[in-house]
Amino acid sequence: MNKRARWLRLAVPAVATLALLTAACGSSSKSSSSTTTTKVAVTGNLNVFAAASLTGAFNDAKTKLTVANPGLNLSYNFAGSNALVAQIQQGAPVDVFASADQKNMQTLVTAGLVETPVAFAKNKLQIAVAAGNPKGITSLADLAKPGVTVVIEGQGVPAGDYTRQVLTKKGITVTPKSLETDVKSALAKVTSGEADATVVYVTDVSAGGPKVQGVKIADADQPDISYPIAVVKATKNHAAAQAFVDSAVSGDVQQSLEAAGFSASK
Amino acid sequence: MGIPLAWVLARRRFPGRALVRALVTLPMVLPPVVGGIALLYAFGRNGFAGRVLYDLTGWRLVFTTGGAILAETFVAMPFLVVTAEAAFRSMDRRAEDAAATLGASPAYRFRRVTFPAVAPALAAGGALTWARALGEFGATITFAGNLPGATQTTPLLAYLDIESGHEATALALSLVLLTVSLLVLVALRDRWLGNS
Repeated sequence: MNKRARWLRLAVPAVATLALLTAACGSSSKSSSSTTTTKVAVTGNLNVFAAASLTGAFNDAKTKLTVANPGLNLSYNFAGSNALVAQIQQGAPVDVFASADQKNMQTLVTAGLVETPVAFAKNKLQIAVAAGNPKGITSLADLAKPGVTVVIEGQGVPAGDYTRQVLTKKGITVTPKSLETDVKSALAKVTSGEADATVVYVTDVSAGGPKVQGVKIADADQPDISYPIAVVKATKNHAAAQAFVDSAVSGDVQQSLEAAGFSASK
Repeated sequence: MGIPLAWVLARRRFPGRALVRALVTLPMVLPPVVGGIALLYAFGRNGFAGRVLYDLTGWRLVFTTGGAILAETFVAMPFLVVTAEAAFRSMDRRAEDAAATLGASPAYRFRRVTFPAVAPALAAGGALTWARALGEFGATITFAGNLPGATQTTPLLAYLDIESGHEATALALSLVLLTVSLLVLVALRDRWLGNS
């Protein structure tokens, strides 16, 4: 009993001090942001969950963002959009979510977990094969040929769903040898030589290095691939989260995206 | 495969035995994904053994049920080897010696004396190995891929279900795996206690 009372005597002022300190920090950051005019330097921790296909572009943007905002501690979690949605629903600490399709974003909108999303990038599908195209794959129909080992992303993974959508539309039946968790792991199967072909985004092929090359899919067959981004409502750093979203729509992040081969969303 | 290996480790003295034993038990402590990567570099289509196999026979392990079995054997076999080696080591060798003096051939001796003495331990090791293989995830997804009906194991399915928002199925599968694992442990514990 005595011990507990002593603990309380210590704890109460400690908590009170902490509360005062955070309040002070909060107000000071607010006042500083109101004094700076055009380009607000954002600070603090920022967790961005992004579709695996955004890995290259977002990492490239990170360098620029941290130079412009020295106080910003930006970290990423790249995975299949469906996996990220599951993590966010389970309460993962996250400030911004960027999805490779509308469906996964819509799941979070319906659940009331994110603010209104905005479209920020467009992408295209491409067949990825080993450098030199040893199997001579020239079209989607070639993926159905016997002796061609194909991997596709699993159910719910945007790239996989887009691919199945296109294949169904063209009436091509492809039997994949493995269902991969995201575009990066699908591409890795081609890079390592275990698979002959997979279908990923154009941007993945260009980021895939010298071991892979792309086989174009006709524009007429392309699905509408639009990436939405949104601030997660549970964010503890709304200013930085909103700044990242804005930058993705038109800013440093958008520039990195275009450099990586994404096209701007109208 | 595990039992002869355990016998050699327990009964034969040869240079490098400690090293062989360390290598055999390595997968027990190795992250399974690392095991999968090692298998990929050895038996993958561009791996040093995999390439030879593929060129000679056109046969491959990656993305096949055989590959899944290899990955799971690699991860789980040490459990059998360790249990069996301990049994071979701790059994009373005098019974074997007595049989030998009575003119029993080595094969007969193994069949009628050694094997019955270590059989309970082998069964326990086997059950433990099976349970470990049942739950294998890392090496399987890295080496064998993920295809329903061929290389998709129960934990892979559970993982993909939780990733794509099918929580109910993931939970059901997890409960099944939990129950099976628990049953194996309970059964083994009874056996051990019953013997002592």
